[in-house]
Amino acid sequence: MATETPRTVPAPPPTGREAKILGIIETARAKRARFREPQITMSHGAGGKATQTLIEGLLVPALSSGGLAEMADAGAVTVDGVALAMTTDSFVVTPLVFPGGSIGELAVNGTANDLAVSGARPLALTLSLILEEGLDSDVLRAEVGAIAAAAAAAGVEIVAGDTKVVERGHADGMFVCTTGVGARDVRARLAPSALTPGDRLLVSGPIGDHGTAIMLARGDLGLESDIESDTRPVWPAVDALLDAAGENLHCVRDATRGGVASVLNELARASEVAMVVREGDVPVRPAVAGAAEILGIDPMYVANEGQFVAAVAPEAAADALAALRAVPGFEAAVEFGEVKREPPGMVLVETAFGGRRVMDQLVGDPLPRIC
Amino acid sequence: MRYVDEYRDAELGRALAGEILATVEPGRHYKVMEVCGGHTHSIYKYGIDDLLPANVELVHGPGCPVCVIPMGRVDDAIALAEQPGVIFTCFGDMMRVPGSERTLLDAKASGADVRMVYSPLDALRIAKANPERDVIFYAIGFETTAPSTALTLKRARAEGVTNFLCMCNHVTIVPPLRALLESPDLRLDGFVGPGHVCTVVGARPLGFIPAQYGRPVVVSGFEPLDILQSIHMILKQIAEGRCEVENQYKRVVPQEGNLRALEVMAEVFAVRPHFEWRGLGFISQSGLRLSDAYADFDAEVRYSVPGVRVADPKACQCGEVLKGVIKPWECKVFGTACTPEHAIGTCMVSPEGACAAYYNYGRFAREREVV
Repeated sequence: MATETPRTVPAPPPTGREAKILGIIETARAKRARFREPQITMSHGAGGKATQTLIEGLLVPALSSGGLAEMADAGAVTVDGVALAMTTDSFVVTPLVFPGGSIGELAVNGTANDLAVSGARPLALTLSLILEEGLDSDVLRAEVGAIAAAAAAAGVEIVAGDTKVVERGHADGMFVCTTGVGARDVRARLAPSALTPGDRLLVSGPIGDHGTAIMLARGDLGLESDIESDTRPVWPAVDALLDAAGENLHCVRDATRGGVASVLNELARASEVAMVVREGDVPVRPAVAGAAEILGIDPMYVANEGQFVAAVAPEAAADALAALRAVPGFEAAVEFGEVKREPPGMVLVETAFGGRRVMDQLVGDPLPRIC
Repeated sequence: MRYVDEYRDAELGRALAGEILATVEPGRHYKVMEVCGGHTHSIYKYGIDDLLPANVELVHGPGCPVCVIPMGRVDDAIALAEQPGVIFTCFGDMMRVPGSERTLLDAKASGADVRMVYSPLDALRIAKANPERDVIFYAIGFETTAPSTALTLKRARAEGVTNFLCMCNHVTIVPPLRALLESPDLRLDGFVGPGHVCTVVGARPLGFIPAQYGRPVVVSGFEPLDILQSIHMILKQIAEGRCEVENQYKRVVPQEGNLRALEVMAEVFAVRPHFEWRGLGFISQSGLRLSDAYADFDAEVRYSVPGVRVADPKACQCGEVLKGVIKPWECKVFGTACTPEHAIGTCMVSPEGACAAYYNYGRFAREREVV
């Protein structure tokens, strides 16, 4: 076989009209996102491009005080030399209870994890409940129990709260909002800006469990499986990484809404680096892969509630991975990619089949495809 | 996954890529069109074009049933969805296709009851659960999905469900292919044939392509090895001076098609005199409507739709891009009036369309150049 034959040669730089068009596209891209839609659609909540437009086009310009513009999972607050991190999140999910978890557990873990991946040990949460008229008290009782248990497991205290009741039809059973405070860890300063070409990318375990469990629990797919949500606190894992890698741990992000693909895209854009990902190395449970196959959805875009992506300097990557795998529940963590310099802002995938492609950010939710 | 992973073996893929390289004539440029959107998706997902010699270029064809729906038909759908009491159901990826001003997702945000379904039977189930409301199913797709719409309508009639309606946008594959082939400036050397359409209609209807237009066709499966093998078979035909319809997808596609499915389609559908395709204009006898026997179920009969034709901007050159006559950046509206955020033609509507791909990754794609 003549596989040694050169297949490609460096392309000449674009000229004439092509160069002009590429220039127009670059200019359009470099412009700050503008929020121009006449109304909010479901896409604005899906964590993809539409969400980004809403945040970068409306919220950040109006509210930014510096910390917000960095768009980390948690903001930094320093009071009399004490380094704190703060974050907030609201939880809306149907059904309220699903295999592997419930809204109450999500509300605690979600906020505690946003602190953890920012390099802050979660300390305390506030809890705000929006309840719909007619909600079964036993359902509420069970969720309060789930919140208490999850807070105990995550080592955080609920220090303040609020309750509101809205008329029937104005909330989907219940909505939960939590705000968290954590102590910023001194072992490393985690931030997208710390990403450095050469960094190795780790993922903490099999991806896509949470989103798939929710989709199947809604029951309109007629599929049955034993997939459970992966909701859990991740601080023990981040703690182990900080111990093993120290300042060589550059950035951690939890791969929630929009999945691993969206997180990598956000990071690549924020820090003007490229990411190259080996698709075949990313762990996906067979049942998740099967459901994704049937629906025509890529597990890389499916939500997780207990998995994160970490970037570690190459010299510390092996130790960091070993330390991560030693944490109970994180045995399946792997190294799956690398941070590169070119092309900035893009995520490239080496497919399991041996090809390469760009892994783009979605506009909105991944929609099942017909073709 | 058994029976799936076998067709995704990277080593076999590399071997096939080597055979393809040995088959092509150095210095000659080959343009092969994959007709079906499903193929385009696989090519993109697995990075198949990355395994091909640089002088074998894949051109994405008109076979994405979602992207070819013209703006006027989306506007009609929105008008139906906004009728009082109507529940409008459609496949997920249809929800984001732009009409002249809005998408179905926007209509949903404005209060229309638009629901995503996974099959026409889901829509029928919704109709039975809501007997006081009309439930309209937005039927799209080639011969692949038309039989399932037909069977659902037959079932609705058998069960006496009178509030289930269909807005029929089914299309057939041969007329647009013929329209492309009729073009005097066609620059295509062969076709990867639509495997799933041929499951229904058989391989025979494609016989006119080699017979009348002298281009080889290989009916192909959708896994990466299927597609590579089909490309190899096409190039081999060219190298050996043969020109015929070959069937790579024998495990699924019978020569004579699925007679039962064809029978059901003939009963439920009738051919429209012409149907509009986004970017391609009107094509004679390319669309299906409900037959007179099923007029009771025709949403366009029960409700009056505006039926206003929204002309594609004159400058849109999707047809030329599809024929491989021009590159995306040579189109007059590319990157200015037509962008992924405000797509005009089919090549930009589909994220995998030639124009959307070039818009997003053009700079990156330039790293590869013909040997």
